Amino acid sequence: MLKQILNIDNITMKFGSLVANENVSFTINENEIVSLIGPNGAGKTTLFNCITGYYQPFSGKVTYKDMDITGFTAYKICRLGITRTFQIVQTLKEMTVEENIMTGAFLNTKSRKEAEAITSEIMELTDLTKKKSILGGSLTIVDKKRVEIARSLATKPQILMLDECMAGLNQTEIKDVMNLCLKLKESGLSLLIVEHIMEAIMPISDNIVVLNAGKKIAEGVPSDIVNNDDVIKAYLGDKYHAKSQKS
Amino acid sequence: MVKNKKTLIIIIAVLAALPLIFKSDSFHNIMVLLLIYATLGEAWNIITGFAGQISFGHAAFFGIGAYTSSVLFYRFDISPWVGMVLGGIFAAMVALIISYPTFRLKGSYFAIATLAVAEIIKQLFVSWKFVEGATGISLPIVDDSWLCMEFHTTKLPYIYIALGLFAIVIFVCNYIENSKTGFYLKAIRESHEVAESIGINTTNYKTLAMVISAFISAFAGSLYAQYVLYIDPFMIFTLDISIKIVLLTVLGGIGNIYGPLIGASILIPLSEITRVQLGGTGRGIDLMIFGLLVILVACYQPKGIIGLVNKVAKKFKKEGEGNVEANS
Ligand SMILES: Nc1ncnc2c1ncn2[C@@H]1O[C@H](COP(=O)(O)OP(=O)(O)O)[C@@H](O)[C@H]1O
Ligand SMILES: [Mg+2]
Repeated sequence: MLKQILNIDNITMKFGSLVANENVSFTINENEIVSLIGPNGAGKTTLFNCITGYYQPFSGKVTYKDMDITGFTAYKICRLGITRTFQIVQTLKEMTVEENIMTGAFLNTKSRKEAEAITSEIMELTDLTKKKSILGGSLTIVDKKRVEIARSLATKPQILMLDECMAGLNQTEIKDVMNLCLKLKESGLSLLIVEHIMEAIMPISDNIVVLNAGKKIAEGVPSDIVNNDDVIKAYLGDKYHAKSQKS
Repeated sequence: MVKNKKTLIIIIAVLAALPLIFKSDSFHNIMVLLLIYATLGEAWNIITGFAGQISFGHAAFFGIGAYTSSVLFYRFDISPWVGMVLGGIFAAMVALIISYPTFRLKGSYFAIATLAVAEIIKQLFVSWKFVEGATGISLPIVDDSWLCMEFHTTKLPYIYIALGLFAIVIFVCNYIENSKTGFYLKAIRESHEVAESIGINTTNYKTLAMVISAFISAFAGSLYAQYVLYIDPFMIFTLDISIKIVLLTVLGGIGNIYGPLIGASILIPLSEITRVQLGGTGRGIDLMIFGLLVILVACYQPKGIIGLVNKVAKKFKKEGEGNVEANS
């Protein structure tokens, strides 16, 4: 039986007259990878911000494990078990890789020793052990993204939300992240992934939600989504949609 | 094991030996002031160096400490040691009142509030009869006494009280830096958004940093008042002191526990020497020279003198390793 862990119910978010999210609803179950896709400006990051307390949604409700968490502050949401990364990577520049991750690990412990233990475990998992003494500011963009995921993981979340963490990565690096996602799912986490690289998310997603111009236009398993006319139109534009041109 | 423990103990031992080697009165005077300012720099470093929240008003907390112990001693014969602790508590309370509401807001409201606070308190004290207003308080002169924290025949006790305070404070700062709180404060300095995303209540942690910082500053203030034995609002709640605290820490190394000591070791002797050599006309020359140094540092080594030292040390280490490899 699938057990619901996060429910997004009719979320609407406006910036002045611009409606960035319009009545978006979907559900994430325990132990599930859900991907959120859609063209640039579709409102994916905005939805992330609404879920994680960075924005107050205009209307709608976010429910986590039967608790209404709409409008909770960001740090409270993290403490409940939902941690997110940022599309524009945010490294703690003057702190080393190890210190970056330790800062996340301190969420569940006061002890430096314990935080160090959690950190070395996560550095192994994310292949960062060799770089532990490098300052965050001197890392390559790829490693910065890795550190960001590692730091989020160190808070021991139940839901991990990744915002375009594969953009700019090469094939092997993308494979690494895909494997990491599957490993995390195996260990019991749920993931909500915003991504543009279809080759990466199609094989690992249990469910895909498609946003376009703020609205949800499709939802389903990957094989359904790739054949969905509305989705193809949203990505390619009406003009280049082969089927609609024929008609 | 406490990180840096050995280095800290050596530094404190050297500082303890110095006044016994150099016995001149002017050297002792410089040491007392230097240690008081180094303590203030350490306090400022917690909120601005670690947590990244700029305070331009630390004279306020220094002054609250100076006034609390002085008024209690002057009016009620209460020992300055008690006044010191109470002053710390008052300063912490004022810090809480200023920082909690301003930290909840985004933007630079905190920095602006700190600029105003010392000025407001100064005006308050100028017109407050109970604390002798603009006339200021001359502390009652008693025979040398530890209980009353007054020594007229020698400055050594002042030096060791100041050193004791500085030692406690630098150990506390070192502890904070290497604890969960230190990691959290630095994360807030580096990125507010990230800090919140990993579960840090940024408002509370910034407020905590400010409260600790104000508490420490007040101790330095009480000690200063007992040392100079006269205070008035214009000399205590002055931007001059706030700016000195900022400049010496920036020059020595902001966010580094050794920074304030290094900065104070340059600024305070400079201040005292120009004051003695040039008298009244020399006023401000120390800050002019110092400002120039700070500009140089800011341009070439934003981490201050300690940053320069670390860079050179790293270079030598690398060369050393290179030699070992070449020999093998
Ligand atoms: N803070 C903001 N203020 C005003 N408009 C915003 C803000 N954030 C996003 N938007 C707008 O909302 C829309 C959705 O943006 P975003 O959520 O970043 O899209 P995506 O992540 O899907 O590329 C865009 O039109 C964007 O310009
Ligand atoms: Mg986005």
